[in-house]
Amino acid sequence: MIRFEPRGPVAVSKVVGVTVAAAVAALILAAIPMLFAGLSVFEAYGLMVKGAFGSAFAFTEMLTRATPLILTGLAAAVAFRAKLWNIGAEGQLYAGALAAVAVGTGLISGPSYVLIPTVIVAGALTGGLVMLGPTLLKTRLGVDEVVTTLLLNFVILLFVQMMLEGPMKDPMGMGWPQSEPILDEAALPKLMARMRIHWGLVIALVASLGVYFLLKRTVWGFEIRAVGENAAAARHAGIPVTATFIRVGLLSGALAGLAGVGEVAGLKGYLTADLSPGFGYSGIVVAMLAGLSPIGVVFSALFIASIFVGADSMSRATGVSNYLADLIVAMALLCVLVSGLFLRFKIRFVGAPHAKEAAK
Amino acid sequence: MIEILDILVSANFWAAALRIATPLIFGVIGALICERAGVLNLGIEGIFTAGAMAGWMAVWLGAGLWGGVLVAALAGGFFGLIHAILTVPLGLSQHVSGIGVTLFATSLSYFIYRTALPDVSSPPRIEAFKPLDIPVLSELPFIGPALFQQTSLTFLALILVLATAYVLYRTPLGLAIQAVGDNPSAVESQGLSVYGLRIGAVVVGSSIMALGGAFLTMSAFDAFFFGMVNGRGWICIALTVFASWRPGKALIGALLFGAFDAFQVRLQTEVGSFIPGQVFLMMPYILSILALIVVARKADYPRALLVPYFRGQR
Repeated sequence: MIRFEPRGPVAVSKVVGVTVAAAVAALILAAIPMLFAGLSVFEAYGLMVKGAFGSAFAFTEMLTRATPLILTGLAAAVAFRAKLWNIGAEGQLYAGALAAVAVGTGLISGPSYVLIPTVIVAGALTGGLVMLGPTLLKTRLGVDEVVTTLLLNFVILLFVQMMLEGPMKDPMGMGWPQSEPILDEAALPKLMARMRIHWGLVIALVASLGVYFLLKRTVWGFEIRAVGENAAAARHAGIPVTATFIRVGLLSGALAGLAGVGEVAGLKGYLTADLSPGFGYSGIVVAMLAGLSPIGVVFSALFIASIFVGADSMSRATGVSNYLADLIVAMALLCVLVSGLFLRFKIRFVGAPHAKEAAK
Repeated sequence: MIEILDILVSANFWAAALRIATPLIFGVIGALICERAGVLNLGIEGIFTAGAMAGWMAVWLGAGLWGGVLVAALAGGFFGLIHAILTVPLGLSQHVSGIGVTLFATSLSYFIYRTALPDVSSPPRIEAFKPLDIPVLSELPFIGPALFQQTSLTFLALILVLATAYVLYRTPLGLAIQAVGDNPSAVESQGLSVYGLRIGAVVVGSSIMALGGAFLTMSAFDAFFFGMVNGRGWICIALTVFASWRPGKALIGALLFGAFDAFQVRLQTEVGSFIPGQVFLMMPYILSILALIVVARKADYPRALLVPYFRGQR
C-alpha cells in the first residue's frame, strides 16, 4: 500500500529539480504520439530546438510567444494562490484587447506618452472588471467561479465577434471582421528592428517582479497567501477574506487583460477574433508548471513558448500536425501535477493491503 | 406573437429541442454521477471531444455504429480513469486535474484525427444513426414526430436517466455512491472502499459523458469537425448545479435548454436581420450563468465534493 507522509518546507532547488524532471518526463512521454505519427523522435526534437532557438529570428519569435503566456500565467498563478479558480483568462485577454483597440484607434488622440499608458490602463482595467463579476458572485452568492469564468470566455469571444462584424469593423478591412488598426502613437514600440518582439515583454517581466514583491513583501500578499492556505482560518484571524478575493480577482483579470493589450498594441496592430490561440488556457499550465511562483512563471512561459514555436516549425518541416504542441503542453501539466506529490509528501510503500487491514 | 406560438406548438420544434438536449443529457448525467461521488470532473469538455472523435473514427475504420458507441465510451472511461487516479488516491486538485484532462483529451483527439487524415480538407462522412420511425408510435399526432422519430442514442439517453435515478435511489450501490460524496469516512467505517466507489463512479460517469460526444458525430452530424463540442461540456457542468444533482431535474434542465436553443434558432430566422446572430449564440452561456445565480443559494452540494479523502485522516 502506498502511504503519503506530509513533508515540511522544501528547498527551492528541490522544487526546481522536481519540476524540471516533470517537464522532461512530459517530453519523453510525447515520444509515444511522435512514434505513432511516424517521426524519428531525436530528429523531431532537434527540429523543435532549432525552431525555437536556432536563429535570432526563431529566438525572438519564441520570446514574442512567451509574452502573453507570462501574463496569463501570472493571472492564473496569483488567483490560484488564493484558491480563486479563475479559468477565464482567455475572455479577460479578449476584453483587454477590445478595450485597447477601442481607445487606441482614435477615440482619443495625443502623443505616445499619453496614448500608450491610456491603452495599457484601459486594457488592464477592463480585464479586471470582467473578473470582478465572477468574484462578486462567488463572495456574495456562493456561485462557483470555475463555471462562471469559463462560460464568460464564450460570451466575451462572441461579443468581440459581434463588435468586429458591427460597430468596430474596419471599413478598409476588405470585408474581413477585424478592427481598425491601432494608431502608431498608441502602439507599443518594437524592441528590435525587423523583429516582431515588442515592449509587451518588458511589461510582462516587470509584472512578474511586481507580483513577486506583492506576494512576498506586502500585507496584501500575506493576506492572499493566508486566504489560499485556509480561508476559514484567515477569516478567524481577522483577515478581510472577501476584500482579498476581490483584490486578487481584479489583479488576475488585469494581468490577463494586459496580455490582450500586448497582442493587439504590440504585435498584431489590430483585433481579430482569432487573436489568441488559447493563451488563457495555456496560462493555467504555465502557472502550474511554475508552482504558482511569479518568477517561475517567466521560465515556464519560455518553456511552453519554445514548445509551441518549436513544434510549429517542426510541423512545417515534417508535415506532422502541430496539435502535437498542445499535446506536449497538456502532458506537461499532468506530469507536473503528479510531481507535486513528491514535493508535498514523502511516499512510503508499506506492507500488503491485507496486512494493514489485519493490523487495524 | 403568432409566430412565436406557432413555433411552440409545432412538433418539429420539440423534436429539435429533444435532439439538441440529447448530448447534454449524457453529459449532465455523467457529471452528476462523478459529483455525487464527490469528484468534480472538469475533463468533460475534452471527454466530449474524445467521444466524438473516437466513436466517429471507429465507424470510419469499419466498426458498426454500436461498436463506435462502445469505443467512445471506452475512450471516455480512459480519460475518466486518469482524472480519477489523479484526484482520488493521489488527492490532487480536482479543478486543475480536470482542466488538464480537458487539454489532454482535446489535443490527443485532434492530433490523432490530423495524423490519421493529414491532407483531408472536407471531413469524411460516415453512415450515421437514422431516426427510428417506431411503427404505430411515430404515427401519433404531435407526440409521434416529436418523440418517436429520434435516433437510438436519444432513447439510450432517456433510458440512462431512468437507470441512473433507479440505481442512485433504489440500490445499495447508489446509496453508497451518495454517501461517499457526502461523508466518506462513514462509508469507510461500513467496510466499503471509498477509493473503489469514487474511481468507479468517475470512470462510469466519464464513459457516459463521452456518449454525448459520440451523439454529435454519429447522430447529429455524420463527421468530426474541429471545435465541434464548442462549450457543451461546460454547460453540462452548469446544468448539474441547476439540477441539484438529481437525474430527473437534469433531464428537465437539458430539455429546457434544448427548447431554448431550438427556439432561438427559429426566432433568429424571423428577426435575425436586425439583431446580430452572436446575441443569440451568447444566450445559452448567459442563461447558464443566470441559472447558477438563481439556484446557488439553495444548492445542496454533495458535502464532500472537491474534498480528497485520505484513509486514517478525519
